[in-house]
Amino acid sequence: MATLNLLVLVCLLYVALLFAVAFGADRAALHGRSRWLRSSLIYTLSLSIYCTAWTFYGAVGFAARSGLEYLTIYLGPTLVMIGWWYTLRKMVRIGRSQRITSIADLISSRYGKSTLLAVLVTVIAVIGTMPYVALQLQSVALSFDAFAEAEPGGRAPNTEATALWVALGLAIFTVLFGTRNLNANERHHGVVMAIALEAVVKLFALLAVGVFVVWGLSGGVGDTLARIDASNIARWEVSGSRWVGLTMLSAMAFLCLPRMFQVMVVENEDERHLRTASWAFPTYIMLISLFVVPIAVVGLDILPAGSNPDLFVLTLPLHAGQDGLAILSFLGGFSSATSMVIVAAIALSTMLSNHIVMPIWLRMSGKHAMMSGDVREVALLARRFSIVFVVLLGYAYFRLSGGGAALAAMGLVSFAGVAQFLPAMMGGIFWRGATRAGALAGLLVGAMIWFYTMFLPSFGASLLMPQAVLDHGLFGQDWLRPYALFWTNGMDPVVHAVMWSLTLNILTFVTVSIFSFPSPLERLQGAQFVNVFRHTSTTGTWSGGLGQSEDLLTLAQRIMGAVPAQQFFAAAAQRQGLEGYLPEPSTDFLQELERELSGSVGGATAHAMVSQIVGGATVSVEDLMAVADETAQIMEYSNQLEAKSQELQRAARQLREANDKLTQMSVQKDSFLSQISHELRTPMTSLRSFSEILRDSDNLTSEETRRYASIIHDEALRLTRLLDDLLDLSVLENGQVVMNEQVGTLQTVLDRCTAMAVGEGRKLEIIRNREAEDIVLHTDLDRLAQVFINLISNARKYSDAEAPVLTIRSALDRDRVLIDFTDNGSGIPTEEQSVIFEKFARVGQNEAGGAGLGLAICREIMQRLGGSITYLPGQSGTAFRVTLPVSTRVAAQ
Amino acid sequence: MSRKPSSLFVEREVYRKRRMIDAARVLPILGAALFLLPVLWRSPEGLGLPTTHLMGYLFGIWLLLTVGAAALSSYIASIPEPDEDPPEARG
Repeated sequence: MATLNLLVLVCLLYVALLFAVAFGADRAALHGRSRWLRSSLIYTLSLSIYCTAWTFYGAVGFAARSGLEYLTIYLGPTLVMIGWWYTLRKMVRIGRSQRITSIADLISSRYGKSTLLAVLVTVIAVIGTMPYVALQLQSVALSFDAFAEAEPGGRAPNTEATALWVALGLAIFTVLFGTRNLNANERHHGVVMAIALEAVVKLFALLAVGVFVVWGLSGGVGDTLARIDASNIARWEVSGSRWVGLTMLSAMAFLCLPRMFQVMVVENEDERHLRTASWAFPTYIMLISLFVVPIAVVGLDILPAGSNPDLFVLTLPLHAGQDGLAILSFLGGFSSATSMVIVAAIALSTMLSNHIVMPIWLRMSGKHAMMSGDVREVALLARRFSIVFVVLLGYAYFRLSGGGAALAAMGLVSFAGVAQFLPAMMGGIFWRGATRAGALAGLLVGAMIWFYTMFLPSFGASLLMPQAVLDHGLFGQDWLRPYALFWTNGMDPVVHAVMWSLTLNILTFVTVSIFSFPSPLERLQGAQFVNVFRHTSTTGTWSGGLGQSEDLLTLAQRIMGAVPAQQFFAAAAQRQGLEGYLPEPSTDFLQELERELSGSVGGATAHAMVSQIVGGATVSVEDLMAVADETAQIMEYSNQLEAKSQELQRAARQLREANDKLTQMSVQKDSFLSQISHELRTPMTSLRSFSEILRDSDNLTSEETRRYASIIHDEALRLTRLLDDLLDLSVLENGQVVMNEQVGTLQTVLDRCTAMAVGEGRKLEIIRNREAEDIVLHTDLDRLAQVFINLISNARKYSDAEAPVLTIRSALDRDRVLIDFTDNGSGIPTEEQSVIFEKFARVGQNEAGGAGLGLAICREIMQRLGGSITYLPGQSGTAFRVTLPVSTRVAAQ
Repeated sequence: MSRKPSSLFVEREVYRKRRMIDAARVLPILGAALFLLPVLWRSPEGLGLPTTHLMGYLFGIWLLLTVGAAALSSYIASIPEPDEDPPEARG
């Protein structure tokens, strides 16, 4: 039977099926019928990319050699998945909010979009993945050989040639699959779908072989258990350090492997899928490792001694003549290997092209990112070459290692290599104090130790690692022996390498982070990563000038393609309320654009490209962020704002009050004018009428003439008095009057006033207390006298008592003199008390026609003298209190 | 500018959900302890335990962990998100 030819045919058909599935999925996604493509089931199945040929073939070999130890490789990821709430949830959220394209992008973005860090991570990832790819090539080549050997009269197997063909086939396959679209965040629906299918195939194949082994070759469960008990792996002989160390190592590698990061974070459609995968994926790997020990034991039992235990899954059905099952098993192994190589190559090529090829190309093609030509073509080409490069590196490792190593041992070298990312990554998303310098130093130290203690020795004693170095250390230094650094030779080599590389990695990372100072951009990114759940939206990173939108559009078209870029710009312009394709280069827009571009070329490159166009933004932005990043400064700023707003409120209130006063004054002025006109009109009317009588009547007696003339005279006097008062008041009110300070006693002032006031008109009795009036005053005595005369004459004129009596009482109250003028009349009604000091205010309708300005003048005078005059209610009659400050008061003797 | 003060007491449902999230956090620690336990086991004769027994133990724990994780994740999913601010993001 031509099994080998059949095998090749089956392989080609299988690949064709994968293509069809991928193509169909891409088409469905394009037409929006991708709902079920985005289900959590597909996500979980795509995670099974973790189970490679190492799992499919290597686990049985691992178990045949060291019993249950193979489980550590699955227990670690199980714990990580069950503990998704701690790390995976945060990684996925960061990946989505920052549009992360790879683990190198994550680490570089976190530490200030550092290109150097991205390059370092990429290099370590590429080197670290070499053994892993080699493992896949080796397993597929070996499985071909197994069939070739089983073929009667078959040719002698040439494993190396087979491996090369497999490598080339896989490279072409991956190029066709993985580089159809550029934007990593547009997600490879087709690839994910194909991987999901392969996940089902490999699980089904391994379970089928397991069932066949347990119930076909062995006599059921009981018999199988008996075989296990009788085998040479019947007892637990795992060393404690390896059990613990490998479990931890697999857990760390699960988080750090570039391909796991690709499917878990980059290809994640929905955070909720993680919740389902948290239990579904552990179930998957539990099922896939369930039959490993039975297969190993039965293989050891049945197959001839010296058979490669890594191939038991394949050779057992072949040995039993079950060609169909063998082909299924082969397909399972083929699926495991191809899916791993595809995704790993996609992930690594993304990193290589974004972080190494593109930056170099951008630099070579001139200083400016504004060049004609499509960057996309370059990026795609870079990715295709990177894929071929990665696969060929794997082949090189396979050739160098001689192709004879146990699969699991090769895989562990990879695990330990990528695990070096863990401190920088976890530190980056949980510790704000982690710095770029710390991450760089830690990664370098860890990678170097891993390279020296694990990667180089993995080829065995060779040119790269001579036996002398293995035995006596580098340069003959005893403490530098690769398997016994610092004289620690009591350890398993894997545990030794992992322990030293990670311990020193973490130590260096933490120490350098503590003693270095991050740049503002690093601190901003650090805050965004660590507090990703607190604020998913980001603060300003860019400040752009005008006229750069067109350049940006040109750039975006080259990276995203013309139509998507124009759509993106038009949408942004529309959001800003603008017509056309050119939005303002606002902070928000630039940030959005940078994220969009980073989906195609990675964060560091996108940042560099945009900053080339926006120009010089980096410096000012960093300055800006130095302010923005500090919560304390924000708080201070807000306090200042609050104080300012209070100040403004106060000012507004003062303005409002001033406005009210002005309105009131305007009203007062209007009424004052109308009252003045009224006051002037009355005497003018009598003046006019009496002067007309005198002019027009010829037969007036001299008595009449005298009477009319005296009326005219009186009215003219009244007018003069009124105008005098008005003038006086106006002068007082405007503050133009000068007060002449004189010295005298209150007694003399009052004496003068009573003498002047009593002399004319109605009789008024004045009662005084002369002893109390013996107070020396320093003030304008003439003006004070004017006030007193006004009060005394008011009492004489307006008191309604039969025999008016005015009582003047003086008293000292601390530094004030109080002089009360109280008459024996009926007083002023309460409702009128408030207006008597206003201009033209007259109480009742007295025939003695005062203008109503006297008290207004008194009030003005008293204010100018620094005192006051008030109506004193609750006395027997009308009472006024004059208050005057006595600055220098000496009682006269 | 100041952070919105969070109330001291939350609804019963939200409280229950937070405790379920706590349980989801404890589960991997418990799992790790149980998975690492066989390192300390020795039979009375000083030999390692039989592989078959340990397989039973390890796969049993594995199954329990997945069932536990499934129960917790479906419980957490069934209660609507009270706010987007998970407890550990505070403070």
